[in-house]
Amino acid sequence: MNVRAQATTGETETDQQNQSTLLPPVDIYEDETGFTLTADLPGVSKERLGVKVNGDNLLIEGDVSVPAPQDMELVYAEILASSYRRSFTLSRELDASKIEANLKDGVLKLRIPKAEEARPRKIEIKVG
Amino acid sequence: MNGSLRIPTDMLAEFDRLQQQLRRVFSPSYSSRSIRATGHGEFPPITLGSTPDTVEILAYVPGIDPKSVELSIDKGLLVLAGERQTSLPEGADRINVYAQERFAGPFRRVVSLPEEADPTRVNASYREGFLRVSVGKRESSKPRRIEVQA
Repeated sequence: MNVRAQATTGETETDQQNQSTLLPPVDIYEDETGFTLTADLPGVSKERLGVKVNGDNLLIEGDVSVPAPQDMELVYAEILASSYRRSFTLSRELDASKIEANLKDGVLKLRIPKAEEARPRKIEIKVG
Repeated sequence: MNGSLRIPTDMLAEFDRLQQQLRRVFSPSYSSRSIRATGHGEFPPITLGSTPDTVEILAYVPGIDPKSVELSIDKGLLVLAGERQTSLPEGADRINVYAQERFAGPFRRVVSLPEEADPTRVNASYREGFLRVSVGKRESSKPRRIEVQA
């Protein structure tokens, strides 16, 4: 690692913008009553997080604020993210109006319930 | 507190950026994917920076209890260790897992500190998933103005 590396590349702003939107890693599982989606969004506060549903499209986006001092010179970076963005297509049996979102320590947890009628139920067999 | 991240010329960082970009271009999950579609590097990723008075280490460790992180400095090496729990319910049946991209399990990273770092002056804080370790620089290594005698 070169500790004395200086930021001297002639990157344009657009280059930086293209490179700095990251796909956040997610865990997704389904149980009988719905889906749980967990996404890593370090540096995103509640105010800068957007969870939007448009039709069957679920979009998660957030802007990153790095807790670094203003006069910090970057020496080495494994991640250069200024924002996160990822979208999912919801399946029809999900009730997007009842999505619950919880953000803590840079982790977003979404609970997407299934519509009542889509939940598994036991079907009575009539004998007659 | 919100410093901008400038692009370094460091080769490793360049490669990592290239890798991220390739992953994005070729990943089918980048465009809108089905929520049931099934679809990782070293954890946690880190960023190193320098201010006139400190050496700054930023680690991306979302979703951990900061009290559970073991942080130590020995012979110029900063060691960051801990464990992150999975978000998936364990031992539950009747669940289907469609994606498991988030890191889970024990982690350990070692960062070699520059010589001017003073291991006796360390501050660590955790906010919004970022662990920031700020190590003071030795007085002798700070830039200073030298008066020219008349």
